[in-house]
Amino acid sequence: MIINHPLLGPRDASEFTYLGDAALIDRPDPDTATAARDFYEYQYLRDNPAGTLRELWYHEAGDRAWLVVTRNTLTHEITHVELARDVARKAGRST
Amino acid sequence: MHSLPPQTALGAQSAQQDVIGTLSLTEVPDVAIASVAARKGHEAACAKTLQKLLGATPPGPGEMTGTTPYAAIWMAQDQWLLCAPLHSHEDIASLLKEEFGADASITEQTDGWACFDISGAAMHDMFERLCPAPVRSMQTGHATRTTIHHIGCYLMCQDGAFRVMAPRSSAGSLYHALIEAARSVS
Repeated sequence: MIINHPLLGPRDASEFTYLGDAALIDRPDPDTATAARDFYEYQYLRDNPAGTLRELWYHEAGDRAWLVVTRNTLTHEITHVELARDVARKAGRST
Repeated sequence: MHSLPPQTALGAQSAQQDVIGTLSLTEVPDVAIASVAARKGHEAACAKTLQKLLGATPPGPGEMTGTTPYAAIWMAQDQWLLCAPLHSHEDIASLLKEEFGADASITEQTDGWACFDISGAAMHDMFERLCPAPVRSMQTGHATRTTIHHIGCYLMCQDGAFRVMAPRSSAGSLYHALIEAARSVS
């Protein structure tokens, strides 16, 4: 499987390590009234779709960037790759 | 006074040199190294200082700039590895700290790496057996991080030769991998 790194171009999947659902970027706010419930859901409840999934990959043997990879879990086809940093900043985090 | 002679990464008094077939493999013990990471909000100022030091545009992804005294290798976004001759820049981290001030975080790396230069006609054959980097399409000014025998290394192409840098604690393992591959293509 080849992952098309936004900065470094096509790289073999063996250079990466896998974390899981990219929803992990959206860490809940610990100061809200529903924080306990939010963190429970953040920690344990994940969709496991047979199809398109946005997931976090880490370029461990490369530039050590976190990527958000959109992958079809049935075919392994990768349709979109973004830097997790850009995704997080677009969502108003780490600005 | 204690007499403490410096040791190379392979634990010897002088740099290891091997010639295997057409390939020449030379340990490079005299490089001063520091990493430069731009601080948040200071990316442009950091790049400007780096440009001044190099006298050239800072290298982008997959690139290096081999100027003197400083050579820069792109490590990650807003992060570079700077190399200079050890005899003139032994205190590279403090020299760079003076230049960058609060715009970048500097980390001393000099004794953290083992460095080898490899040249010769069969060097592409050798490296394509060692790592997944596209060694045949690499030209002067290309540099990438890759893995050799599970060791995370920087592979640089400069003036028709390759330079490989690996964590110093893995120097022996890297040397073994390089020699083994060199023999297998000779």
